[in-house]
Amino acid sequence: MDGTIVYDALVIGAGVSGCSIARELSRLDGRFLVLEAEDDVCAGTSKANSAIVHAGFDAKTGTLMARLNVEGNALFPQLARELGFAFDRIGSLVVCTDEKDMPALEALLERGRANGVPELRIVGREELVRMEPNIADGAVAALWAPTAGICDPFALTAALAESAATNGVSFRFDARVTAVEPVTLEGGAPGWKVTAGGDAFFSRVVINAAGVYADQIHNMVSADTLTIVPRRGEYELLDTTAGGHVRHTVFMLPTKMGKGVLVTPTVHGNLLVGPTADDIDDKRGTQTTPAGLEAVRRKSALTVRDIPFRETITSFSGLRAHQPGHEFIIGPVAGAPGFLDCAGIESPGLTASPAIGRMVAAQANDILGLPRNQSFEPRRRPIPDLKRIGQGEWERLIESDPAYGTIVCRCCRVSEAQIRDACRRVPGARSLDGVKHRTGACMGRCQAGFCTPRIMEILAEEVDGLSMEDVTKCGPGSRMVVGHDKQAEGGERHD
Amino acid sequence: MTSMATGAHAGATAGAGEKGGTAAAAVPELERDIVIVGGGSAGLAAAIAAHDAGVASVLVLEREPQLGGILNQCIHNGFGLHTFKEELTGPEYAARYVAKARERNIEHMLRTTVLDVSPGRVVTAVNAERGIFRVRAGAVVLAMGCRERPRGALNICGTRPAGVYTAGTAQRLVNIDGLLPGREVVILGSGDIGLIMARRLTLEGAHVACVAELMPYSGGLKRNIVQCLDDFGIPLKLSHTVVNVEGERRVEAVTIARVDDHLRPIPGTEVRYPCDTLLLSVGLLPENELSRQAGVRINPVTRGAFVNDQLMTSVPGVFACGNVLHVHDLVDYVSEESAHAGACAARYMQGAAGLAAGEKDLPGAATELAIEATGGVRYTVPSFVSPGRMDDSLRLRFRVGAVYQNRYVSVYVGDRRVTHRRKPVMAPGEMQEVTLRRADLADARPGDVVRVLLEDE
Repeated sequence: MDGTIVYDALVIGAGVSGCSIARELSRLDGRFLVLEAEDDVCAGTSKANSAIVHAGFDAKTGTLMARLNVEGNALFPQLARELGFAFDRIGSLVVCTDEKDMPALEALLERGRANGVPELRIVGREELVRMEPNIADGAVAALWAPTAGICDPFALTAALAESAATNGVSFRFDARVTAVEPVTLEGGAPGWKVTAGGDAFFSRVVINAAGVYADQIHNMVSADTLTIVPRRGEYELLDTTAGGHVRHTVFMLPTKMGKGVLVTPTVHGNLLVGPTADDIDDKRGTQTTPAGLEAVRRKSALTVRDIPFRETITSFSGLRAHQPGHEFIIGPVAGAPGFLDCAGIESPGLTASPAIGRMVAAQANDILGLPRNQSFEPRRRPIPDLKRIGQGEWERLIESDPAYGTIVCRCCRVSEAQIRDACRRVPGARSLDGVKHRTGACMGRCQAGFCTPRIMEILAEEVDGLSMEDVTKCGPGSRMVVGHDKQAEGGERHD
Repeated sequence: MTSMATGAHAGATAGAGEKGGTAAAAVPELERDIVIVGGGSAGLAAAIAAHDAGVASVLVLEREPQLGGILNQCIHNGFGLHTFKEELTGPEYAARYVAKARERNIEHMLRTTVLDVSPGRVVTAVNAERGIFRVRAGAVVLAMGCRERPRGALNICGTRPAGVYTAGTAQRLVNIDGLLPGREVVILGSGDIGLIMARRLTLEGAHVACVAELMPYSGGLKRNIVQCLDDFGIPLKLSHTVVNVEGERRVEAVTIARVDDHLRPIPGTEVRYPCDTLLLSVGLLPENELSRQAGVRINPVTRGAFVNDQLMTSVPGVFACGNVLHVHDLVDYVSEESAHAGACAARYMQGAAGLAAGEKDLPGAATELAIEATGGVRYTVPSFVSPGRMDDSLRLRFRVGAVYQNRYVSVYVGDRRVTHRRKPVMAPGEMQEVTLRRADLADARPGDVVRVLLEDE
């Protein structure tokens, strides 16, 4: 059925880049499809990162990274209002821990100014201690960037996808792309055939936003090959009781001893510490290691003292889609007309994502020449966050739907209504992680111990054809249970 | 940033004022003599005792759809030997207390989550029927129970696939939902729930490869080790821990290693167990987020409130009992302790105002003595006692820090030893008790400390 449709543009990958591109494409009057290998949006790099909206002083002046970082940062406030995801402009500090490194801090300030980052300045130790009472004793000064912020990367990605879907973009999940081939479309125009999950899809333009797999997709169409190295970063997440330990995102100024780790509050009120940076071969290598977690603790102590690591509620690792040239690769691929790369999107990729979406959609439309979508609706109704809205608003929600008064996740204050809402979205939650990413449930101190069975029940009620025993954590192969009691596979050995 | 998060400085009421709250928000809609937070074994026993002490209006707030708490999923037997002199299952034990509450027409609200307890004893809660509402309480009994430590608290390395459960979550899935979490299981931690689940999963058709325990002794009751592991041939590997979890989507294997005297894994001792499930029974933590909001002082050892002999916390009129106060092994003791809390709460709101725990100068009441845990004793509950106010005898409950054989439990009041009792075996997994008599404190002077300790002879 889909084989007969010719899309104007097909996006490979439903991470934050792919979903941002999809939403920008939906401002155009065309047919668009997003293919995602996993069962949900935000399943790779986008779900396991620092969730920082960087100010933009880090990247080398004149690079695409620098430009899109600063542009993306400036777009966040409006995007957060339109789409209703958590974004707090708390500011960041790059802490210098050695008087001898002050020239490097000055250089960072100059670079930031050259990149167009507003309101940057260097704060001395005295002011720094006032801003961050728990700053390490060795801190001598810091670069203060008030435009930096923190966001909810799950909600951002889900919101971008919902907005795209509302405006006409189709999504296909569990659709890992296995082939991309040039074809001649009906009428003689050039186009592409994309094979995913056994189905063929045809499109005039193909956009490669496949994260750590962007090299594999690129190399299907180009002899000028691309390499993406998964760069693993390990983190520890601390309970909300530790969330106030720092007030801003605290980075360490890189020294000869290496790069530090960041310490930051999250929009959910937790404290996040990390990441490490290890280049690995395995594109699925998201394990944590003793050495990695030890490094997180050791390095964080260089900038922030007395971090209460006994309040750790989970540790995790994510893979950055590192490209050895350390630059975003965005644009047409030589010798493959109609094929656009959006590759090497590592930090500050999350920050840049609103700008990336605009840039790639514009490039696509240079080829497509589509008119504007007159009925484009920029706003999306958010899933309410009971921790962030006022009590009056919560009371009004309960009046409209009493299920807002039934708390399912006690640690993060998530109600039954929010969980059902997450399941009814398009694209909606179909797994425990899908619910977690859209509502913030399961992210708290009990780490889903209490609410898992209830959320499994709600998923089974809400998702067509899903029974409770088939509920997964994150798609095929991740079933939460193996069957009913006394139903062990391979016989009735205990009956 | 407006915050109504649990644990934030501002309670729900303050948050409301900040952002769109109604003017009526500050006025409690309801008034009750005693509000009990939690309708599990602790809350029910407290409610019944308060009622029986003559309190007219007792309200129990319970977040689950039924009363009884965690007992509802504990379908094994062994409950009630002390209280009812017979062996009951968890649901049977709970049903007896639910029946007693029903007979007394004790008011309760289900599916109701308490959002805040103010130091002035206004309880803010939410449910589907009433929305957000406030109850002014003459006294509050905190009976929220405890939660399990999750994997993250241990920083177990490896992947994060499906198939890693706390023992209690698995217990709920198996016993309430009829679902089998996995077929090949490794259990980390020999707490009682882990031991019980080793047996339950075996009976339900899974294979439990082993139970690994970090410490050189089990954290569970001896009877559970015998009945749940030994009887089923499940090995208990003491001084072992999980050092790695494998599997991208679902657990495929875990690696277990022996640990040294400093509890660090010993390289070269790793053994890999192919399995689809890792259960964790690695400790219980009292759920004191509401208590902290109310300003209750928390004992860092128990992670529960500091209380006096009336089980009153550092906030006047706020009492605590059961697993939110300190984690118990036996529900019978939870019931007994909670009945005491309910009776004391009744006395408090009927006018015999006692002292808040640890406060020595409240007008109209006698001086409290601090109870100090020392010499192998990790903590005691309560932490303060008032000679003038206490009942004729007071049970001091405590835990020891290691396994001890043939030691004496001693209680000193000031320099005077008032109790000296030999115990053949004491282990951290088994709660101990010793009785303090009112007469023991007859000669106590203000400032004297009551010390509980272990002695060789």
